Amino acid sequence: MSILVNENNKVLVQGITGREGMARARLMMDYGTQVVAGVTPGKGNQTVLDVPVFDTVQEAAENTEVDTSVIFVPAPLVRNAALEAIDAGLKLLVIVPDRVPIYDVLEIAKAAELNGARFVGPNTLGLLSVDRAVLGMMGGRAKTAKEWFKKGNVGVTSRSGGITSSIAYYLSRSGIGLSSIVHVGGDAIVGTPHPEVVKLFQHDADTNAVVMFGEIGTTQEEQVADLIESGQFTKPLIAFIGGKAAKSGTRFSHAGAIVEGNRGTHESKVRRLREVGAHIVENFDDIPKVTAGVLANLK
Amino acid sequence: MARLHEYKGKEILAGFKVPTPAGQTASSPDEVLAAAKALNKPVVVKAQVWTTKRAAFGGIQFADSPEEAKAKSEKLFGLKVKDFEIDTLLVEEQITIEREFYCGIIIDDSAQCPVIIFSSMGGTGIEEIAEAHPDKVAKAEIDIQTGLRDYQARNLVRKTGIHGKLQMQLAGVLVKLWQAARKYEARSAEINPLVLTGDGKVMAADCRITVDDYAVFRHPDLGIDIARELNRPPSKLDKIAYDVEKDDYRGTFYFIQMEQDFSKDDGFVGFHGAGGGGSMMSMDAAHTQGFKLANFTDTSGNPAASKVYRAAKIILSQPNILGYFGSGSGVASQEQFHSARGLAKAFIEENLSIPAVIRLGGNGEDKAVDILTTSTKGLPAPVEGYRKDDTAQFCAERLRDLVDKNVLEPEPEPGRRFVKPSFDKPYSFATLTGSITFDHGACADCDHKVCVESCIPEILKVENGVPVLAISEEDAKAGKCIECLACEMECIYHGKRGAYIDLPIAGLDEYRREVA
Ligand code: SF4
Ligand code: SF4
Repeated sequence: MSILVNENNKVLVQGITGREGMARARLMMDYGTQVVAGVTPGKGNQTVLDVPVFDTVQEAAENTEVDTSVIFVPAPLVRNAALEAIDAGLKLLVIVPDRVPIYDVLEIAKAAELNGARFVGPNTLGLLSVDRAVLGMMGGRAKTAKEWFKKGNVGVTSRSGGITSSIAYYLSRSGIGLSSIVHVGGDAIVGTPHPEVVKLFQHDADTNAVVMFGEIGTTQEEQVADLIESGQFTKPLIAFIGGKAAKSGTRFSHAGAIVEGNRGTHESKVRRLREVGAHIVENFDDIPKVTAGVLANLK
Repeated sequence: MARLHEYKGKEILAGFKVPTPAGQTASSPDEVLAAAKALNKPVVVKAQVWTTKRAAFGGIQFADSPEEAKAKSEKLFGLKVKDFEIDTLLVEEQITIEREFYCGIIIDDSAQCPVIIFSSMGGTGIEEIAEAHPDKVAKAEIDIQTGLRDYQARNLVRKTGIHGKLQMQLAGVLVKLWQAARKYEARSAEINPLVLTGDGKVMAADCRITVDDYAVFRHPDLGIDIARELNRPPSKLDKIAYDVEKDDYRGTFYFIQMEQDFSKDDGFVGFHGAGGGGSMMSMDAAHTQGFKLANFTDTSGNPAASKVYRAAKIILSQPNILGYFGSGSGVASQEQFHSARGLAKAFIEENLSIPAVIRLGGNGEDKAVDILTTSTKGLPAPVEGYRKDDTAQFCAERLRDLVDKNVLEPEPEPGRRFVKPSFDKPYSFATLTGSITFDHGACADCDHKVCVESCIPEILKVENGVPVLAISEEDAKAGKCIECLACEMECIYHGKRGAYIDLPIAGLDEYRREVA
C-alpha cells in the first residue's frame, strides 16, 4: 500500500501541451504513473506522448477513465482549471504552480469539500509512492527518482519541496526505505496539510513511522500534535521544524494573532510536538540517525 | 505581504460606503495647511506608516487651527519609523468617540476559509483584550461561495451583547468590510477602532488592509509597485529584481537585499538559494562559518536558465561582497544544468573576482558541476561545484577557505569590463525576454555544431553550414526558445565563442554606475 497515489490512478495532465506540462507528463509516465489523457483548452484533437488531448476535462472524463489530475497551467488560470476538474468528478488534484492567489485556493477548497474531492498544493512538487507512481515533479527524472528513493515503511511529509526529496534521499541512502513522500505545498492554505497527510499514513498498512518537515507559520504542526494527543495518529513521528533562526513569524495583523493565538512560531511547534511525544530532531543531518533509532525500537 | 496605508484602506472602505472621517492626505506642511483649512474645523494629523502604536512616537497629533496643524506636521515629515521615512500624513476632522469596537477578517489556515472577528471593545491592545475578555469577542467562519450575509453579521454582533439599532449599524459595517476584503483579496482587513461617534454614527477611525501578494496583479488600481512585505522601503536593486520576476511565470525568483551599507572588511557574501526550506538551512550553514549575508535570493520551481542568470547578475551587483554562496535543498528534482549554465554565463560576463561555491545536488548534477567548473576555468577567482552528497555545511566551509585565501580585490564596478561581442556575420532572433545572435563567420568553420545538438527543444538546425532557426521567428519569440542558454554555453564549453544571448535587465547598468 501507499497513500494518495499508486500505479492504478488514471491521471490527467492539465496543461499537457505547455513547457512544464509536457516535460513532467513524460517523467511521470517513465516512473510508472498511468497518464491517460491531457487537457489544454483550444488544443484538443491531438495526441501528445501517445496520450489523447481534449479541450475540456469533461470531455476527457467522458472518453477515458481519469480519476486524478495534475495541473500545470499558469497561476492565474489555476482556479478555473481546478474547478473544472472537480466539476468533472475527479477526486484527486495535484496543483503544482506557485503564486496562486489565496482566494482562488479558498474557492477550490470549498468546491473540493462539496464534491468529496481532495487536492494537494498549490505550490507543490507533488507526491510519490516508491516504485509505484509519481504525481507532479517529485524526483525529476524517473531513473534518478528510482535511484534516490528506496522502498520501505517510512512516510515523509514536508512543507518544502526540495527538502522532501532530500529527506527521502538521505533516508534511503542510510538504508531506510519509504512508502510515500508528500510535499504538501509551500503556501499558507494548502489542500492537504500535514494533519491530513499523517491521518492517511495512520491508515496505511505499509507505513510504520512518519518523518515530518515543518516550518514556521500556519498551525499545521500544532494540529498534528493535536492528532497525536487525541489518539488519531499513533505511529512514531520524527519531526524537524525549519526556520528557527528566522525572526518569529511576522504577524501582519491583530486578527491573525487572535485566531492563531500562540501558535505558528518555531517554539510553539517544537513545544507542542515534544509534549505529545514526537521525536524532535535539532540538526537536519541527524534525521536518518534518529529515524533508524525509532525504527529499531519498534521491533 | 502588500500592506496598504491607512488612507488607502479608508478610500477602499469609503468606496463600499463605510463612513470614515472627512479628510485628505498631504505630503508637505503647506498641503497640511491647505487640507486643514478645507476641513475648517479641529483636525488630527496622522503619520502614514506601517506600525501599530503610532501614538507612542507622536505619530498622531491633534490641532485646533490649520496653522497649528502645519507646525506640528513639520516635525513629522522626514521622521524615521522603523526605517521608513514619513512622507505622507492624513489630515482628518476630529471626531468625538463614545465607544470603540474592533472588527477584522483573516484567512484561517486550519479552517481553510476567511474568519471574521468582532469585539465589543476595541482600540489599542486588542490582542490583550481578546485574551482577557473572550466573552466580548465573537468569531465566525465565512463561506467563500455565499459570503457574509447581513443576518450572520447581526448574529455575530449579538453574541457580544449588542442589540437594536447599534447592532444593525455595526453589522452593516462588517458586511461591507467583508465585501472590501473579498474584492481586494485581502489576507487581512481590520478596522481598529471602529467607533460610535458622539452624534450616533458608526465610523472607521483607522483601517489596515493587507492584500495577497499573489493577487496584486489583479488590482493595478492599488498602485502597489512591489508586492512584498519588507521592513524598509524597497531598495533600487529590490525593484530591479522584482521587475525581472513580475511577468515571468517560469519558476520563481525572489530577491531582497538584507544589508546595503557595508565595506569589504565586514564579511558579507552574496546568497543564492533554491527552495525555501533548503535556503533556510543553507543560510544557517553560511552563518555558522561566520559569513553575513548581503541578500536573500531564491530561484526555484524549475526556473528558466535565463532567470537564474539574471538572479546571479543582480546578486553580483552588490558592491563589496567577498564571495558567492549558492545552495538549496541539495537534492533538486529539477535538472541542475539549467542553473549551472545561468550561473556560468553570469560569472563569465562578470569576470568573477570573488570565489563562488555552488551546491548543485539533484537531477543531472554531474553534468551541472562539469558545465559550471569547466566553463569558468580561467576566471580570476575560483568556482567550485558540489553534489547531493556534499552537505551545506561542507560547502560553506569550502567558501570560508576560498574567501580567506582570496587575494583579489572585489570589483568596484562588477562586470565593467564586459563588452557584448560584436560579430562579423551576425544572425539574430528574439526570445521571450532577450535575443540570440550567432556569428556565422565563426560558425562556418565550426566542425561540431554543438549548439544545434544541445538545443533542448530542437529549434535549431544547420543550413548552409551554419546554425539557423528551424522554426519561425515568431514561435521562437513566443517561447519555443526556452532560454536554456545551451547554445551559447555549450559553444563556450567547447572552447568557441560563436553565440551570444543578450538578456537585458532593466535599470541594472544604471544602478551599477550609481553605486560604483
Ligand atoms: S555557435 Fe558555436 S557551436 Fe554553434 S556552430 Fe557556431 S561556433 Fe559552432
Ligand atoms: S536556441 Fe535552443 S539552445 Fe539556445 S537558448 Fe533557445 S532553446 Fe536554448
